[in-house]
Amino acid sequence: MVIVLWAVSITAFVIIQLPPGDFLTSYIMKLEASGQIVDEAEIAALRKQYDLDSPIHLQYCKWMWKMLHGDFGKSFEWNRPVRDLIAERLPLTVTISIFTLIFTYLLAIPIGIYSAARQYSIGDYTFTVFGFIGLATPGFLFALILMFFFYRYFGISVGGLFSPQYQLADWSGAKFIDLLKHLPIPVLVIGMAGTAGLIRIMRGCLLDELRKQYVITARAKGVSERRLLFKYPVRVAINPIASTIGWLLPGIVSGQTIVAIVLDLPTVGPLLFRSLVNQDMYLAGSSIMILAFLTVIGTFISDILLVWLDPRIRYEKQAR
Amino acid sequence: MKNKQDKTSLEEKYYIASQWQLMWRKFKKHKLAIFGGTILSIFYFITIFCGFFSTQDIYKRHTQYIYAPPQRIHFFDEKGFHLRPFVYGLKRKIDPVTFRRTYTEDRTKKYPIYFFTHGDKYRLWNLFPTDIHLFGVKSGGTIFIFGTDKLGRDLFSRNLHAARISLSIGLVGVFLSFILGCILGGISGYFGGTVDMVIQRVIEFLISIPTIPLWMCLAAALPPHWSPIKVYFGITIILSIVGWCGLARVVRGKLLELREEDFVMAAKIAGATDYRIITRHLLPSFLSYLIVNITLAIPSMILGETSLSFLGLGLQPPVVSWGVLLQDAQNVRSVALHPWLLIPGLFVIITVLAFNFMGDGLRDAADPYK
Repeated sequence: MVIVLWAVSITAFVIIQLPPGDFLTSYIMKLEASGQIVDEAEIAALRKQYDLDSPIHLQYCKWMWKMLHGDFGKSFEWNRPVRDLIAERLPLTVTISIFTLIFTYLLAIPIGIYSAARQYSIGDYTFTVFGFIGLATPGFLFALILMFFFYRYFGISVGGLFSPQYQLADWSGAKFIDLLKHLPIPVLVIGMAGTAGLIRIMRGCLLDELRKQYVITARAKGVSERRLLFKYPVRVAINPIASTIGWLLPGIVSGQTIVAIVLDLPTVGPLLFRSLVNQDMYLAGSSIMILAFLTVIGTFISDILLVWLDPRIRYEKQAR
Repeated sequence: MKNKQDKTSLEEKYYIASQWQLMWRKFKKHKLAIFGGTILSIFYFITIFCGFFSTQDIYKRHTQYIYAPPQRIHFFDEKGFHLRPFVYGLKRKIDPVTFRRTYTEDRTKKYPIYFFTHGDKYRLWNLFPTDIHLFGVKSGGTIFIFGTDKLGRDLFSRNLHAARISLSIGLVGVFLSFILGCILGGISGYFGGTVDMVIQRVIEFLISIPTIPLWMCLAAALPPHWSPIKVYFGITIILSIVGWCGLARVVRGKLLELREEDFVMAAKIAGATDYRIITRHLLPSFLSYLIVNITLAIPSMILGETSLSFLGLGLQPPVVSWGVLLQDAQNVRSVALHPWLLIPGLFVIITVLAFNFMGDGLRDAADPYK
């Protein structure tokens, strides 16, 4: 895991180094475009301050060293420490991710079980169609369509996570309730694709399981259908689902990035987007670092969960 | 008696049919897959002749018709049914306070639709100069089936031209990831050992990074002064950087499975080279799985391009793709006033759905002996 994180940091650093020029060149261009005089001495001072002239590997080492000490550098554009900027948005990013994850599982697993138990019923077909559409619709488009409908027919705009009066307010019970009111739409939009995919997997796994001999035996012995379904097949079919966090989480973080830009959510996604457009190097690097970090940690937790859920893996490890 | 004969001949047919024939037979049974395949072939066919199917030049500005709504095609007027469809003219009214334009149908002006008409000049496949369009109205009239955008350009024609980029970027991207996936997955599965370990770690690493942020970073790294063609290929390369991982995994898994088969051993003993064993014996035996995987990988490429272009990090105007067209729909207020700006999104959804349906059918057909 440490190695993965290290690889992530190198990738992040390479990525932010890729664009030709750096923040200062675009800064100078901006100044020139607005007709201001560019002060050579000031530029040189800035270059020195941000170490833009030292060789790349040195820049990387310095960046890493500082990051390990909790110093993420300074954002050129906002003129504030990157750490503060990200710290502001990180809790909300994590909150949304977790809520989306819970939402996805809560919705997908029962629907998957239903679809498998009543294969080829009207309900199954309905969910299948919805599932396919959910997979086919890009999150940002779904967000746009939702916004359009809410705006058109209810006259409200659904962007953001807080009502205007709470935007800058300190945390309080009322603000929290306000946040909960705004959460459903982003969670729905971000979770849609994952839910659709998960339903398909859950349905497939359970169908495979239901065809097995032991289910037929149990049925022949007269075990009630409900008990038959939940006692073993569902438990077996849920195991692969637990391991899906590995791909579900990157999907959520990735979907969240773009949906957050459309819905104007105060998460890390839009921050990353703006920093990329403005070539705000430290901010962009740290943002993608944090996003990848979240995913890797999440996947790690899911691995632990899987061991805890599935006794077979646990025993295998002990046997070794 | 006759019935029995029929049955035996059918059975015989089953046994002598090649694997591909069996697959085709099974695929045909999957109604949704056939449906998806049909839609896709229509889309690609139109895309190839997009100049012919569109009604006008995609850069032509109709300054009198900015944000005009889609014109409805009529068959009935006050005099009853007409075999030749027609559109009514548009009457523009500008609100003196808000400067909002509203358009109403002008029933006094009627423009019949003619087929194979002469219209704006274009070059078919950039080679043959021509001005024949599938349908259109006589000069003086307007026909905007999907309405117009903020510069008064016809969205129907723009959507058709956008399809050219959006649909082809999936194919090119998948082609690239196919090559990468086959080579790296092949090496990884066939040779095993340290190489396998390294490639597997790289794949795991790439899969664990959230794709859209990664794509965004890479797309932002494309030099802004590049020509549209270069940007196009840059984007496809970016999309396939993540795309090859899944394919490589399939190739590796199948190779590991097949490596132990007797016919590989036989080929080895007969003195076949590694290259020959991989290309002649191993690849054909799981080609069907590869095709399924490719079909299912294309939609994610299309969605990736659309998302990137929508954010303004992918292709840039004047190039048109569905994502670029959707850039105009970023503002909710403008979408609420001009809902036809969302039409490209509809195309994206239909295309991706069709690919998914077809992939589903192919997956069922890939194992015809089951």
